[in-house]
Amino acid sequence: MIKQRYQSIVVQTICSLLVPFIQLFALYVIVHGHYGPGGGFQGGALLAVSIILQRLYLGREVSYQKFPLKLAPALAAIGMLIFGLCGVIPMITGGAFLDYAYLPIPWVHGAELRALGILIVEIGIGLAVFGSLVLIFDNLVGERW
Amino acid sequence: MKWISAIIMILFFALMLYATSGLPDHADPQAPANVHVSPFYIENSVKDTHTPNTVTAVLADYRSYDTLGETVVIFTAGLACVLILMKRKSDDKTKVPKHRSSDNL
Repeated sequence: MIKQRYQSIVVQTICSLLVPFIQLFALYVIVHGHYGPGGGFQGGALLAVSIILQRLYLGREVSYQKFPLKLAPALAAIGMLIFGLCGVIPMITGGAFLDYAYLPIPWVHGAELRALGILIVEIGIGLAVFGSLVLIFDNLVGERW
Repeated sequence: MKWISAIIMILFFALMLYATSGLPDHADPQAPANVHVSPFYIENSVKDTHTPNTVTAVLADYRSYDTLGETVVIFTAGLACVLILMKRKSDDKTKVPKHRSSDNL
């Protein structure tokens, strides 16, 4: 169990400067997956790393206020739900499983809708990976639920 | 016994080296892996999905069923970690010896 915050002003300052930039870069990696290297898995891992870094340098008191223990499994499940719904909803509206062109989103059609579907799915993957990795860390550390 | 396994390993290594001579060249456009569905993806992915990155188009659209499976694997790993390692607050008073608890991280 993580007891208290890390007792070094250098570590505190550097980590608190680093965390927002890691999170910003993670969002960039997820959203920019259409145009460059990146996507849900990589962005989710970066988001999880930012939270794990917070866990390590802030200690449990502050860190569990910023990111509660039970938020991680909820986020992971929501991510899986987004991906699953992207698969099932097109089946209801007349397409095949995971056929994003049949997602019921108005004003977007055809190829544009498939690009949007890829973005939604990447966000789902990102949330699932993010939640799962933070969940694994919390349990390996031996946190009491 | 050690040198017998070493000889077997060397023979296997030589066999593998010999087998690589039958592989197609690196980035050979006529290789069997490059003439089946790859041309379809390269020609149609931008038109079909408006996604300039062909890798993302294949991973998240054409082969999204595979990606769904990968995500389920990671999610299941997280859930398995919870099932095996979870400690409840009410477990604190069980008789785990002090030096074996994980309180010293």
